[in-house]
Amino acid sequence: MMIPRISFALCWVMLGLVLMFLFTPIVIVVAVSFTESAVFSFPPQGFSLKWYYSIRNADGLLASAWLSAQVAFISTLISLVLGTLCAIAVVRRMVPGGDAIATFMASPLMIPGLVLGIAFLQSARLIGLNDAYATLLIAHIVLTMPFIMRTVLASLSMFDFSMVDAARMLGCSYPRALWRVLVPNILPGVMSGALFAFIASFDNYPISIFLVDVHTKTLPIQLLNQLEMSPDPTVAATSALLIMATIVALIVCDRLVGLKRMTTI
Amino acid sequence: MTTIGMETQVTAPPRRRLLQLDAPAIMVLPGLVFMVVAFAIPVLILVADSFRDASGLSLAGYRKVLGDPYYIGIIWNSLQLGLITTIGSLLIGYPAAFALSRAPARLQVLLFALIFLPLTVSIIVKTFGLAIMMRRDGILNWLLLNLGFIERPMRLVFTEFALYFGMINVFLPLMILPIYSVMRQLDPRLTDAAASLGAGPVTTFLRVTLPLTMPGVVAGISLVFSISVAAYVTPGLLIGDRFMTMSQVMAKAYLNIRDFNLGASMAVVMLVVAVTIVFTSTYFAEPASRRGRKG
Repeated sequence: MMIPRISFALCWVMLGLVLMFLFTPIVIVVAVSFTESAVFSFPPQGFSLKWYYSIRNADGLLASAWLSAQVAFISTLISLVLGTLCAIAVVRRMVPGGDAIATFMASPLMIPGLVLGIAFLQSARLIGLNDAYATLLIAHIVLTMPFIMRTVLASLSMFDFSMVDAARMLGCSYPRALWRVLVPNILPGVMSGALFAFIASFDNYPISIFLVDVHTKTLPIQLLNQLEMSPDPTVAATSALLIMATIVALIVCDRLVGLKRMTTI
Repeated sequence: MTTIGMETQVTAPPRRRLLQLDAPAIMVLPGLVFMVVAFAIPVLILVADSFRDASGLSLAGYRKVLGDPYYIGIIWNSLQLGLITTIGSLLIGYPAAFALSRAPARLQVLLFALIFLPLTVSIIVKTFGLAIMMRRDGILNWLLLNLGFIERPMRLVFTEFALYFGMINVFLPLMILPIYSVMRQLDPRLTDAAASLGAGPVTTFLRVTLPLTMPGVVAGISLVFSISVAAYVTPGLLIGDRFMTMSQVMAKAYLNIRDFNLGASMAVVMLVVAVTIVFTSTYFAEPASRRGRKG
């Protein structure tokens, strides 16, 4: 009886260590962002908010954050519309080869980001597409599509389509029945998929690095640039704000769907 | 609109013929066409690019990537990066997932959220934190010093230790979560039954727990390996050019030295690695998951 008990206790110790391990870098970034000195030091010296104020003056940080938010929002929205329509048709077996279509639409997730980035770069060059914003947007729709497809397909598989038929018998047109009955039912699952898609796009480095230009830089590119050129706690302050935004988003999502359902990745 | 209508409605709306014929096409085509044009064709173009250079059809890129010991070393570096990260994550993640799956219900939700949260934090932010952590005056040196492992602060950043420490930190949740999702469905009575039938704890683990949680392990391994083998940001920041990987070569080929043929060939090699992982893991997961899932 001793071995199971000891190994069970060891598992708990491991879980505790894992949590410490996972959170230390995150906590350190937040701690450093409140420091007074310009060099990263741990434990942080003094307390100040000056690095948060300096975000405004830092070259391009705010502009790139705004660009990233735009690209993430628009690409998620487009994926949401295109992906959901596609998923409904696949789940309802309205088209031949539905499973193949679903696998295909979700497959960008299996391809390394850098490979996708290079593929986009070469094709954009080939057709003479020079606009960084447009290229980024197209690439990020491809990037977000798998997240939408997976969650929407999962939500739809739990939806009872006879409710749509019932609505139609009661006089709803088909599009209207989808909008009034189907959409409210799958919305929570879909929203969590959209949140993941947004985060994936907002955080993306390996695809965007090939597509940005001097005037059009997304936040991850700008952050890494800043880290390599002139690392000061402004980067930490920006990162800390990102961490807080993530936590808020997760809490909202938890309220909407419950964390557990979101993670059928 | 009687019962006959109801039967046909499931696939074909009776009232508007036009919509009935076109709805599936209208729903599928925009997304499908977009993905073919914006995703499938660019990937195919990349593959085609790897077979030609400025002068036309050529295998020069592949001859370089697969023939030159320097580039073979780089491919090996990438595979090593993926392997060590995966094995490390598995050894740490499996017992942690086990404890998580046996936690009391309310605590379990909290712990789950805590494992999950770091996954949503930007990789750049985490790697930045790791780099600060591993400075000479950082918390890790302080810890090692006080625990008596080292005599004086060591240079940790830009070492392979820093690389693997960071890689495991970033990708560990991707190992824990799939294992946990299988493990929490495992009936604890199964291990009790094995014990009451005379199996020792080691036998019980090897013959009952491990085989039944194999689908989660396979999912975790393929996820962590496929992502870490292609990792770019974390190795770049934690070890840089001292440890060249396929990702670094690809990025350099396109962004710095402009050798597109080399970059495309390397990208195709990586694509082959990625596709191989996907197929191998589905092959291994299929029969095992059928055994592992209970009603």
